[in-house]
Amino acid sequence: MNSHRRSWIRSLGTLTTLFWFTLSSAFAATQSPQQKVNTSTADHTKFEALQQEFATAPDVTKACLTCHTEASKQIHKTTHWNWKIIHPKTGQVLGKKRVVNSFCGSITTNYARCTSCHIGYGWKDDSFDFSSEENVDCLVCHDTTDTYKKFPTAAGHPTYVDKPFPKKSKKTWKAPDLTKVAQAVGKPRRENCGVCHFYGGGGDGVKHGDLDSSMTNPPRTLDVHMGVDGLNFVCTECHSTDGHDLKGSHYTSVGKDTHGIDIPGRDDHNRASCESCHGDKPHEETVNNKINDHTNKVACQTCHIPTYAKGGVPSKTWWDWSTAGRMDGDGKHLKMKDENGYVTYVTKKGTFEWGENLVPEYAWLSGEIRYQELEERLDPNSVVPINTFKGDYNDPGARIWPFKIMRGKQPYDKGNNTLVISHLFGKDSEAYWKSFNWNRSIKAAMDAAGADYSGEYGFIETTMHWPLSHMVAPKEEALGCNECHSRNGRLAELTGFYMPGRDKSDLLDIIGWLAVLGTLGGVSLHGFGRVFFSRKRRNG
Amino acid sequence: MSNEMIYTRFERIWHWVLAILILPLLLTGFEIHGDYTILGFEQAVDTHILFAWALMGLLVFVIFWHMTTGEWKQYIPSSKNNLMAMLRYYAVDIFLGGGHPFHMTRKSKLNPLQRLAYLSLHVVITPVTWVSGLLYLFYTSWGDWGLEGLSLTVVAMVHMAAAFAMLAFLIVHLYLAITTSEKPFGYVKAMIKGYEQKE
Repeated sequence: MNSHRRSWIRSLGTLTTLFWFTLSSAFAATQSPQQKVNTSTADHTKFEALQQEFATAPDVTKACLTCHTEASKQIHKTTHWNWKIIHPKTGQVLGKKRVVNSFCGSITTNYARCTSCHIGYGWKDDSFDFSSEENVDCLVCHDTTDTYKKFPTAAGHPTYVDKPFPKKSKKTWKAPDLTKVAQAVGKPRRENCGVCHFYGGGGDGVKHGDLDSSMTNPPRTLDVHMGVDGLNFVCTECHSTDGHDLKGSHYTSVGKDTHGIDIPGRDDHNRASCESCHGDKPHEETVNNKINDHTNKVACQTCHIPTYAKGGVPSKTWWDWSTAGRMDGDGKHLKMKDENGYVTYVTKKGTFEWGENLVPEYAWLSGEIRYQELEERLDPNSVVPINTFKGDYNDPGARIWPFKIMRGKQPYDKGNNTLVISHLFGKDSEAYWKSFNWNRSIKAAMDAAGADYSGEYGFIETTMHWPLSHMVAPKEEALGCNECHSRNGRLAELTGFYMPGRDKSDLLDIIGWLAVLGTLGGVSLHGFGRVFFSRKRRNG
Repeated sequence: MSNEMIYTRFERIWHWVLAILILPLLLTGFEIHGDYTILGFEQAVDTHILFAWALMGLLVFVIFWHMTTGEWKQYIPSSKNNLMAMLRYYAVDIFLGGGHPFHMTRKSKLNPLQRLAYLSLHVVITPVTWVSGLLYLFYTSWGDWGLEGLSLTVVAMVHMAAAFAMLAFLIVHLYLAITTSEKPFGYVKAMIKGYEQKE
């Protein structure tokens, strides 16, 4: 009796434990996304300077500056503000202010539209005052309400009254409550960086391929670092800041971070590399230490980002400007979509192709990025690389990196054999999106840039390389060796070095196999000969 | 009928361990070379490295054994006449039912042709395999060793050439070892038991 009872109590105990275990693990599983604890020592709702109605966003900045006296001066030194950066190795002037890209070309003459992603107010033409402190936009990075949005065509300002956008549509772009926004400022979240960096090139996922709106609250499977059900990193976890200066610009990509794990006081305060946290020998050492050996020539990203544009948002892979400008019979703009719902044609921009779950392309990256300059000669008979990252097998600072390669056709100067930029956005008749006249649009932009234009344009195919560093997969999804170490693997096109499993000397293999098969044939003949003669002897 | 101990216990052990190691090394080696897929590249490399270290460990003992027992003298080439006799046996007499010109003894296990064959295995094929293989394995350390000028292509080619030579050697070795003894599998049995059975 007693023993029965004891065992019954034991079972009950087990059941209870099981119940609590199940319940607690179910609870843990639903407890995401993890909330970052606000550890700020300041409650901005209590700040006197913020107890007011703000007429404009720059008024908010003035209020911020009453306490954060040096903030704008810090911002003024950054690429985020200047859109200009001098490459430390090449000396080439880069940044949005200068480079020609293969999306909308250039910001010149298109300021008010492009600068809706500038962290300032009022950059509507080339007279913008870069020393203005009140025109620094604090809110776009520090808003935590998600109600503060820069109006798409207002040179960086939000709208101050509710307005329809797109024009003539029924969608309303709301004016933010600036007081509420100002009182709720905090550290930048993924949303803050995302409003610009997820939508670069004119829409969600267009430009980067590894940055789109799916990264706002990504699952761990999409990005192992930023996953809300995992480490829940915000962008600044890696893009560390020092006086508002963010690290990790793709203009200054580092092929190989030889610092290894960053130690305070000894290193570069730059966590925008895998090595900053993982070191340069991150894998467990076994009898086969080849994976750690790979870090000298292969970037971490190459194996750990097996595909990109994998969060459900497609990335644009092809943009052909040469087909832009077509209208229907009534002179109305065209818009076409394919079976996936991807936009494949719009009158203003031409023909597009998109992709999801894309396999990266691979190239050497030394960090010595170069852009094709506006007045630099190009070869009209080949595809023009808008940017190159330099590097090869023999360059100790270069490694194989994964890229999204943006391809397309864009206007160029047929007479001078140079790239051109075009005046797309504006109310004037020179603007391509008004009159759809390339010649006038190109001339207007080239004149504004002080660049020579022959008056004859054509369209040329270009490539633009975008190194991938986001959408890092969980380790179990990292590429296996055979993805590259096979005859037609992912690195089939990278030549100039020997890779086991991919490369061989046909001559040596032919000689080798002839020798082996010859030996086999020889001993076979010898053997048959012996059998033949021994039978003959026996019978004879 | 008399039995003579030809192969000592250690000799037999190292022969068979070598056999067990070399076959997977060849198999995984050609897989790494991209000729077929059995284990998959990563597993093939893991196995190749593991077996290679095991083989090198074994070879340390084998070399020590050869040196201390004087067995290395077995590989000293014999006179040209003896070599010709041996060649004549394999090329002619073996078909006509003629007798083997040499008899295996404890002191002289190898016939003149074998002496030459094993000597080339031990002083050419094996060292070339090991040196090229170790360089291949540690190619990231070339800089530290002052070997920056070395080309991975060349190292890989040399290693491949050695592998082909080893494979060809193995084919002849198996053919002769299995089929040329007086009794069927006589040499194989001798290598297992240590004794060669004689009439």
